[in-house]
Amino acid sequence: MELREVISTGNDLAAEAAVDAGCMFFGGYPITPSSEIMHTISDLLPAVGGVAIQMEDEIAGIACAVGASMTGVRAMTATSGPGISLKAENLGLAQMAEVPLVVVDVMRGGPSTGLPTRVSQGDVRQAKNPSHGDYRSITLCAGNLAECYTETVRAFNLADRFMQPVIVLLDETIGHMHGKAVIPTAEEVKKGIVPRKTFTGAPEDYRPYGVGPDEPAVLNPMFQGYRYHFTGLHHDAKGFPTEEIETCRKLIQRLEDKVMMHTDELELNEEFMCDDLEENDVLIIAYGSVSLAAKESIRHLRAEGIKAGLFRPITLWPSPANRIKYFTDKVKNVLCVELNIRQYTEEVERVSSRLDIHGLYKVNGRAISPYEIVNKVKEII
Amino acid sequence: MAFNYDQYLRLEKMPTLWCWGCGDGVILKAVIRAIETCGWKQDDVCVVSGIGCSGRFSSYVDFNTVHTTHGRTVAFATGIKLMHPDKHVICVAGDGDALAIGGNHTIHGCRRNIDIKFIMINNFIYGLTNSQTSPTTPRGMWTVSQKSGNIDPTFNACDLAIAAGASFVARETILDPKKLEKVLVKGFQHRGFAFFDVMSNCHINLGRKNKMQSAMENLEWIDSITTPLKKWEALSDEEKLNKFPTGILKHDENAREYCDMYEDVKAYHQGKRKAITQDDFEKKI
Repeated sequence: MELREVISTGNDLAAEAAVDAGCMFFGGYPITPSSEIMHTISDLLPAVGGVAIQMEDEIAGIACAVGASMTGVRAMTATSGPGISLKAENLGLAQMAEVPLVVVDVMRGGPSTGLPTRVSQGDVRQAKNPSHGDYRSITLCAGNLAECYTETVRAFNLADRFMQPVIVLLDETIGHMHGKAVIPTAEEVKKGIVPRKTFTGAPEDYRPYGVGPDEPAVLNPMFQGYRYHFTGLHHDAKGFPTEEIETCRKLIQRLEDKVMMHTDELELNEEFMCDDLEENDVLIIAYGSVSLAAKESIRHLRAEGIKAGLFRPITLWPSPANRIKYFTDKVKNVLCVELNIRQYTEEVERVSSRLDIHGLYKVNGRAISPYEIVNKVKEII
Repeated sequence: MAFNYDQYLRLEKMPTLWCWGCGDGVILKAVIRAIETCGWKQDDVCVVSGIGCSGRFSSYVDFNTVHTTHGRTVAFATGIKLMHPDKHVICVAGDGDALAIGGNHTIHGCRRNIDIKFIMINNFIYGLTNSQTSPTTPRGMWTVSQKSGNIDPTFNACDLAIAAGASFVARETILDPKKLEKVLVKGFQHRGFAFFDVMSNCHINLGRKNKMQSAMENLEWIDSITTPLKKWEALSDEEKLNKFPTGILKHDENAREYCDMYEDVKAYHQGKRKAITQDDFEKKI
């Protein structure tokens, strides 16, 4: 793959990635610490013939993006925790109507207004179930500058593959980080774009939601002769509201299975210095900006003769259950480090069936330093 | 010869869920006739609806159709229209959609003057959910959430739309479907945000407890509170207080449409024009 070196920020890289991935529409609303994504994409999109619009509120920001995507173009919105709270209902509509969308969430302290200018990872649990009802969230989490770019690109491709929203979690530290990143060239990104599936038969034979039990809907672009119906109601193969018992059951089961039967296409992890871990060593589980401190701490620990490694999920939801189980079965001392209170630890506990997972949590808006992790590891071993 | 609606209807979805005697069907037929008069192809039309009885409008008509969340029609339609400025986007919303939960989007759709045709079916009540007060429910009427009689002041939707900047604003009732159709055609042919306050009956959930138990009684009441604009203008201030003017209340053909203006934004970022300044606009503040 052809790579390039850039000097940029996480938020700017997310905006640039969107445009390189073929995004043509952005709808947003100002919110710290994600606003720079809107600032940058407002320059980039009109330059390539797309549209970026600042709407009257967070709800309108996602609604217009979903509307644009319904017509067949790639679309994005960006926000932070309070914005996700407001966008939740329309995230649910996009899940139900199977409309692809990329949502970049640059996390800040919460709940409520919280610490707007400071870092947290408080939206991890929210990202899993932002809206009511049964569906499976696909949530990716960038752990360094380059991933702000590559994960946004991946989010667009996954959204079109699975026909649903994909959330990209950045955090304030990564979003506002400024530095060098090595990322694929725009040409490489373009080569990797797989367009949405379309139906090419006769319009009278078109069944947008009449697909296999683990397949996503096939939604043709609007205004091209295939007139169908989007709705947030339970719907039949043609997209029309129904209360027919089996049709309703199958629809919701399909929303579950189209993701959960294809987790192999979603899973992406980094395993840092994990190869030589043995029973009495230390496994750190961390994601996002915290993983940078975790890596630093592992170098210090190893220099002192304490063997530690980092398991970093990049796709947070669905969680890499098998891989977490593999490591938590193998290593006795497991430490989750998060800028929240146990939001992902609970998932690690669930998939590992272990209740002795150690945790280091911080919720005061400040980053976790490598030394805090080093000290915590020494405490638990 | 009678108009044949079949081409525009999803016949397999008939009958509608609307109550016997509901005005929504009258509006649906007027909208279809207006679309045919405008010569719009079905493939080029997108109908966006919200939640409530009016929300089902989109599923009955054979266009590209979108049934959205409560109150958000304009926001969804804005994304659709901006990506397809040459297509025709019609929103159908109820008074709760347009003025309560979605009031913010209505205001800003009007303000941007984006070329969306916004039809508010105004039945003065939350019908589908059984008689809760809406922003247009007249004071003193019984609602299930204000059994003492409604004390909330009512919205004048057209005044709101005019103040917010919609370039075409009209009010009609279902009492004269031909006139409604004509006004719809005028608004459809206008480029800019067209706001229609279309008064309709809900004798089931408004009328039942307010001495208008039949559709006709409900319609007679609508007739009694409306009067054509010209006649309304001749009324005394006291008489105006309890009458809504009907007809085209605003038609500004010079107001710039939002998608057209966005072309200037594209041109700037593509190096084809200088930055947009106050000199580009007649009205600067």
